[in-house]
Parts: sequence; structure tokens; C-alpha cells
Amino acid sequence: MKKLAVMMAAGIAAISLAAGTCFAEKIVMAGSTTVLPIAQKTAEEFMNDNPSADISVRGGGSSVGIAALIDGNCDIADSSRPIKDVEIQKASANGRDPVAHIVALDGIAVVVNKSNSVSKLSKKQVRDIYTGKITDWSQIGGKPGKIVVVSRDTASGTFEAFGELIMNKEKVMPSALMQASNQAVGQIIGQTPSGIGYVGLGFMSGELKAVEIEGVMPSKETVISGKYPVSRPLFMYTNGKPQGVLKEYLDFIKSKRGQELVETQGYVGLK
Amino acid sequence: MNYKRIKEKIYKWIFTVLAFSSLFFLVGIMIVLFKEGIPIFKDAGFFKFLFGAKWYPTYEPPDFGILPLILGSIWVTAGAIIVCVPLGVGSALYLNEIAGFRQRQFLKPIVELLASIPSVVYGFFGMVIVTPFLQRIFNLPTGLTALNASLILGLMATPTVCSIAEDALSYVPRAFREASFAVGANRWQTLTRVVIPAAGSGISTAIILGMSRAIGETMTVLMVAGGAAVIPKTFFSPVRPMTAAIAAEMGEAPMGGDHYHALFAIALILFLITFIFNIIAEIISRRFRIKLGLSG
Repeated sequence: MKKLAVMMAAGIAAISLAAGTCFAEKIVMAGSTTVLPIAQKTAEEFMNDNPSADISVRGGGSSVGIAALIDGNCDIADSSRPIKDVEIQKASANGRDPVAHIVALDGIAVVVNKSNSVSKLSKKQVRDIYTGKITDWSQIGGKPGKIVVVSRDTASGTFEAFGELIMNKEKVMPSALMQASNQAVGQIIGQTPSGIGYVGLGFMSGELKAVEIEGVMPSKETVISGKYPVSRPLFMYTNGKPQGVLKEYLDFIKSKRGQELVETQGYVGLK
Repeated sequence: MNYKRIKEKIYKWIFTVLAFSSLFFLVGIMIVLFKEGIPIFKDAGFFKFLFGAKWYPTYEPPDFGILPLILGSIWVTAGAIIVCVPLGVGSALYLNEIAGFRQRQFLKPIVELLASIPSVVYGFFGMVIVTPFLQRIFNLPTGLTALNASLILGLMATPTVCSIAEDALSYVPRAFREASFAVGANRWQTLTRVVIPAAGSGISTAIILGMSRAIGETMTVLMVAGGAAVIPKTFFSPVRPMTAAIAAEMGEAPMGGDHYHALFAIALILFLITFIFNIIAEIISRRFRIKLGLSG
């Protein structure tokens, strides 16, 4: 009995020692599910190059990531929207100083089922569909059929960006199907001939058809040139100016190789 | 001798603590739900929260009306009952009254196996198979509706209803059946006039527990109910049950904010509903056992 206790104590001591040694190189990231694929891919490659680094990546959403940064529970907060004033106030009350790093660009594609004949919409038309003023495809030149409006959940970063870029702060009608992820939106539009939804450019698939917004097709070029109206920067926030491994990692993302990785994930690189 | 006594005492303590740990966790969860949920009643107003028709938690100013969510839960649960009562009670009757020994040995584990399928698998099945199917046969704009959620939840609650109802039927003393046959009743008459009334409250317990299973289910409704926070008018409209709203929004609700407290308040209401269901079930089943002369 006594022997066992001694062994356990030794074991615990060894584990905590081991944890202590790698703590120096550990980076914890949390936040936006939109930024998640970028964070995962670049973290993987960065750890291949720097075996001593240990990066753990969590999702949760932009608000969760920023809250974790404010509370000191993560080193990098991934966010698909700029930090809010309230959050900056909370951070400074906690003695923290969030610094923004733009790591990639993202276009939000308005998507319909690939069998849909509608291929162009204006921002106002999209807004009217989402507020419930336009309810049938025949009103906007399509085959008659009730429009099934699919949106992201009200708390997601993509929803907030969509709200800002398209909705002009008008409310999405309550009968819209609110979905918890980009994949769920894609899945529903893929099997709903009369559906409309929106997903990050990185989540386009063969089942979906992106429509032109104000005459501009969402693509890498139109997002970089700023012509495509529904695009946004993606952020990583650190507490103060990054140092050590943190700085190396962020520099890696912004490097040519990092930005190539960003593009392999379906996002738009900065250069 | 002394050593043995101490050992016995220690064991007694260990098991006492284990037995009371459930109570400890229950009380702990209740305290957290009340503590985190109550603030929203002050901010938004109790009746406005409960009976408000608009759920816009993240807008400025926000609307915290959870009536559409409560009704969403009620609709899918009611639908699930319509599905799982005939299926569950029917299979229980067959298993206990009609099936032979070998059939029962074979069928009962299969019904129970239905309960062991993870809910996300049911959700996936609903999303990929049932949704397009409903869309086609009812010619709906989308198959993600209260009907879809009801069907899947009904299927999921069936094993619960079936095994509890079967237990209830098996508690009906053999003498009841024998007496019935002795006065010349046939099998059908015995079943409908004697066995079912005798097991009635046990079967009600089964149904209520099935309801509480259905109303608390989360993953499946998140995947197949559609997620629109509207007051449902038909089974063909998409709904957003309370559990789905909590699961979808909690991850993004800033801690300590109104939205966060509102989600806790929804959880509190959900907890109270299932709590009441379970208490009713317990009372009915206790009466049932006394009626049949079993210990209470």
C-alpha cells in the first residue's frame, strides 16, 4: 500500500516535471471555427519544423477565443471579426492588451443548389431574401418555388460578418434555418433545390453554386482586389506584441510558405 | 478485531459517500442553473422571457423571448409520443403476451440495442436519409422539420417505452390472467380488459419517461429540426427546440453576458420540465406497485 503511494507520487512528480519542461514552447490557440483550418494546418507545419514547439488548437468561436485571451486562457485568439470595444475594455480591465494580426482574407460566398438557375443577385436582393421580403424564387427571375433561407447561428463570426456586410444590421427573419456550422449549411443547400445560404469561400464544394453579388463572382482575385463586396480579413489576436515562439509562429503564417498553406485550405492569401 | 471493525466502518463510509454523491451532483447542478439563469429574469422580465415570441439574442437591443423554443420542444415531443407509444407499447405487448420464449430471447435484445445507438448517428440518419425522403413525398421546400425530428425522436424513445412497459406487463400477476381465462374470456379480451388496465399506470410511467427522453434529446434535434426560432404552426415547419438552441449558441455566448444567462435560464426551464415528468412518473409507478400488491 505504502509502496504504491510512493510510486504514484513519483509518477505525478515526473509528469509535472515533463510538463514543466515543454511549457516554455507551448502555444494555446482558441477561437473562430472559420480560422480553425488555417490554425491547424500552419501549426502542424510549424511543429514539423520546430519539434520543440507544442501548439494546441481549439475552436469554439470568435467570442470564445477572445474571451479566453482576456481571461489568460490562451495565447492566440482566432477571430473572424475585429475585436469589439466592450472586449477591449474588458481586456484592459484585466491588464491585457490585445494586438491584431491579419493572417488571411475570407470571402463569404452566397450559395444556392447547383440546379438553381439564378446566378446573380444584388446585395439588396440578398438582404430582402434574408429579411423575408422576397419569398419566392420567381420574384428574382428563378423557377417558382418557396425560398428556403439558411443562415449561420446568431452567435457565429460568419453571421456577424454577413450581418455587417449584407444585412446593414437588419434582422434575419425568424423562420430562417439557423445552422451551427459552415458544413451544415453546405449540406442543407446541397440537398435543397430551393435553398439559399452563405459559407466561407473555403467551404465551397461541388454540390454548391456561388452566385455573383453586385455582378462580382467570389474568387481569390476579386477578394484580394476588394471588388467582391462580401469579404473580410481573418485575425489572430495576441496579448501584447508577440515574442519568442509566438512571434516565430505568427511570422511563419505571414511568410510565403504560410500563406501558401492558407490557400491550400481554401482561403485567400494576403499577397 | 479492532482492525476489522475499523475496516468495516471505512467501507460503510465509502459507500455512504458514493450513494450520496448523486444527490450532491443534482443539488450542485440545480444551484448553478438557478444562479446563472435567474439574472435574465431580472433583466428581460420573467413573463417577457417566457412568452416573448422573438428570439434575437445577439442583436442590439436583443430580444429574449423563448416561446418559439418552448413550443418547438413541445411539438417535437408530442410528435415523438405519437410515434413511440404505438411502437413501444405495441412491441412490449407482443414481447410479453404473444411472443414465444425463443422469439422473446431474440427480439428483446434487438429493441434494447436500438437504445445503444449514439444520438449523433440517429441525427446523421435523419439528415441524410429521412430529410430528402420527406422533402420528396410531401413536396416540401425543406425536409428539416418538426415532423422529421418527431420521427427520429420517436424511434429513439421507443426502447425506453418498450422496456419499461414490458416490465409493467410482466408485473401483472399470473393469477389475473388465469382468472380471466377461467371465466371464459379469450386472449384479446384478457389483454384489453384485464392486463392492460392492470398495467396501465406502469405503461403511463413508460410513456412519461419516453417523453422526458425525447424533450431532453439534443444532438438529433440540432441536426434535423431545422433550427428556425419560429412559433410552429404545422409539423411541416422547421423548429428550434430548447436543447438545440442551447447547444448551438452556448459555445459563442460571451460568459456572464445576457445571452449566456438566457441560455442557462432555458436550461433551467428544461430541467424543471423533465424534473416534473420524472416526479409524475415516480408517483404513478409507486401507486401501480401498491395496487398490484408489490412493495412500494
